[in-house]
Amino acid sequence: MQKYLRLSLNLLYRLGPFSALLFVLLLFALIGIGNENFLPSFFSLYNEKTILTQTVIIGIGALGMTLVIISGGIDLSVGSQIALGTVVISLILNGGESETAGFFLPLGAALGGIVSCAVVGWIGGFVSARFRIVPFIVTLGTMQITRGTAKWFAGEQTVPTESNWLQSLMLVDPDPSWLIFAPGIWITLILLGILYVLLKYTVLGRHIFAIGSNEQTARLCGIRVEYKRVLIYTLCGLFTGVAAVMQYSNLTIGDPTAASGMELDIIAAVVIGGGSLSGGEGSATGSIVGALMIAVLRNGCNILGVPTYIQEIIIGLIIVGAVLVDNIRHKRRS
Amino acid sequence: MLQLYNIHKTFGPVRALRGVSLAVRQGEVHAIIGENGAGKSTLMKILSGASQPDRGGWMKLMGQPWQPQNPAEGRSAGIAMIYQELNLAPHLTIEENILLGVESARWGFVRNQRSKVREVLDWLEQYDLSPETKVSQLSIGKKQMVEIARALIAEAQIVIMDEPTSSLAAEDTQTLFRAIRRLKERGISVLYISHFLEEIKEICDRYTVLRDGETVASGEVAGTEMETLITHMVGRSVEELYPAIPHAKGEVVLQVKNLTGAAETPDGISFSLHRGEILGIAGLVGAGRSETIRTLFGLEKAQNGSVIIAGRPEIRVTWLDPLKALHQKLDLLSENRKEEGLALNMSIAANISLSALNRYRRKGFLQLRQETKTTDEWIKTLNIKCRDGNQPIQNLSGGNQQKACIARLLHHNSDVFFLDEPTRGIDVGSKAEIYRLIQELAAQGKTIVVVSSYLPELLGICDTLAVMHKGKLSPVRSTENWTGQEVMRFATSGTINETI
Repeated sequence: MQKYLRLSLNLLYRLGPFSALLFVLLLFALIGIGNENFLPSFFSLYNEKTILTQTVIIGIGALGMTLVIISGGIDLSVGSQIALGTVVISLILNGGESETAGFFLPLGAALGGIVSCAVVGWIGGFVSARFRIVPFIVTLGTMQITRGTAKWFAGEQTVPTESNWLQSLMLVDPDPSWLIFAPGIWITLILLGILYVLLKYTVLGRHIFAIGSNEQTARLCGIRVEYKRVLIYTLCGLFTGVAAVMQYSNLTIGDPTAASGMELDIIAAVVIGGGSLSGGEGSATGSIVGALMIAVLRNGCNILGVPTYIQEIIIGLIIVGAVLVDNIRHKRRS
Repeated sequence: MLQLYNIHKTFGPVRALRGVSLAVRQGEVHAIIGENGAGKSTLMKILSGASQPDRGGWMKLMGQPWQPQNPAEGRSAGIAMIYQELNLAPHLTIEENILLGVESARWGFVRNQRSKVREVLDWLEQYDLSPETKVSQLSIGKKQMVEIARALIAEAQIVIMDEPTSSLAAEDTQTLFRAIRRLKERGISVLYISHFLEEIKEICDRYTVLRDGETVASGEVAGTEMETLITHMVGRSVEELYPAIPHAKGEVVLQVKNLTGAAETPDGISFSLHRGEILGIAGLVGAGRSETIRTLFGLEKAQNGSVIIAGRPEIRVTWLDPLKALHQKLDLLSENRKEEGLALNMSIAANISLSALNRYRRKGFLQLRQETKTTDEWIKTLNIKCRDGNQPIQNLSGGNQQKACIARLLHHNSDVFFLDEPTRGIDVGSKAEIYRLIQELAAQGKTIVVVSSYLPELLGICDTLAVMHKGKLSPVRSTENWTGQEVMRFATSGTINETI
């Protein structure tokens, strides 16, 4: 008995966050056996594409958050950043003179949205690093400030926009169809690759781990911790900005109330993916798997007709469970 | 009374105890002697029940086989622990602390607890201690008395004291010794863990020496020479421990002028360092030794002062930060290995290369294979015992972790090394290796500054020595011109005998 327990624990350790995802898929498969309508609709190609598309926004946000969490910080303002991003994109789009949006105006709008999020990230990082205030408090502040700014810019209402190519980024059946998946999914994969390389193969990535693992050691080794922290929050803002573009693509309008509470989903995705809130741990792939898991759960439960409050309870349990498994892994290692 | 035979204990890769035997008689003060890392603290944990020994070996208490599973069992069997960092609740009163854990267990709602506490305190000759005083207001010496009173109330048969005098003033030590003698009168055995041999001579009846987790000697304190005890502790002669590799002093590489730190420690000190010189800085804790080198490295804010490095233009110390100091080829080994020196959940290789990562950057990307190759070489050179460089550094023993810290300095390859307590808390074997390494570095023309609280090692390895007292530095003299007494005199009074 103990041997099997140890074996399965070993498997959990090896697979990491993947094991949790497999577990959830297995659970839905089991449910499907007793429910003949569920299986074909849950495991259909279209539904898989839907799940992946639903992962995009939280996934990209989680990639940025991974940087912050590995460095031992947290950014609560990312939900508000996404809302601000959609508003800025819409305002820029509406500021164009010609009737049709063309190619460059939406591109400029997207860049504007990304930059606005990066600025918010920079402010949070700068204030917490420069004045030594814990990032939880600083970003709690920037979360409110950003949300307020978004509402101010939008005049406390949604900002409708004309149709343009940004709106097709999140189509489950993309155009052209040879893309198979929505362009947003491909963008997520590219960003995943970039973050993976950044964390593993660059000096900056190593420094981020070092700062999160032991800030004092980092300082001793000549790493400019404050400067790097500002950079990390700004990079997180850049990723969040891309998530905002995807959010806009979903909504096709600028909505200052969008993505409220999404920062918690994003942080949850990172934590489910093996990120440690005390810093020094986390991975790009893990965070994406965490985001995927949240999307799978929501989608499966929706198809089964499980009410949202049950979904919330399940996701809550999974967050705690993920940390529990992580703790067991740590104990086994030492 | 208490007997241990062939006790073993391993923590992961570290074999903390490998055959400890011990016999304690009733009413005796028994010294457990050993260097840091000899296994004293592990032994204590086993005695108190906080951890369990591995299989093989046995323990007997009053003739009965005894296997405590947790500290509560140890306590109820009559074993009281007094830890180095005392275990008192600062917000509670003396009385509440003394009775903590035994309030209801033994006395229920008995009313005359106050008189009981008073009686115990009086018996310990602590007439001026009021049971209502909050513990946070007491000095360390008084807190210790409260701990002893607690042991008495709990009807302890064996009291274990871990380095009880390490943070005591001289008079408090005498009060403690009186209390220990009173414990003896009651027939209580005291296990006295220390490495201050003079104290052991004064207070202990018998001794057991631990080295590298083994019992190597035991006997009566009376009639045993101190040198014998030292040889048992160290396990090798002094010449073996402090190898002398010939090295010559060259030109001046670092000239420090009027260095003043944030809180006037250091306080306007000046000195110069030469190529191939090993300078020791002795002094009491808090004299400003660590602050001096940390300020020079830019880790702590300087108020004033300047340095001239290798004949280049003078630099203001306030301008320095660790990155710039590293560029100037200065490097620092932190005294707090775990809190500051190492990123514990990162790998050995990542810890070694952390201060010189740019060396592996080609077109923005890290050359991981080259990094592994280079760090592996350092792991081999320094004889760091590990599975491979990818192992998390927290799995290594203290000595190997320290060697990894030093490997980072060597890997970075600076010219001046500031080593803060380089041998604290590591085993004798690793110590000897580190001493040899320091000598080898000097022979290569590096300059080393060693800050240490352990005077014999400074006298053993340094070419020149200076002592700090309240932020001031004594003149730097050749080590032969210092005696232990002279060092202590400056460290405690700040005065020096000018005739030497």
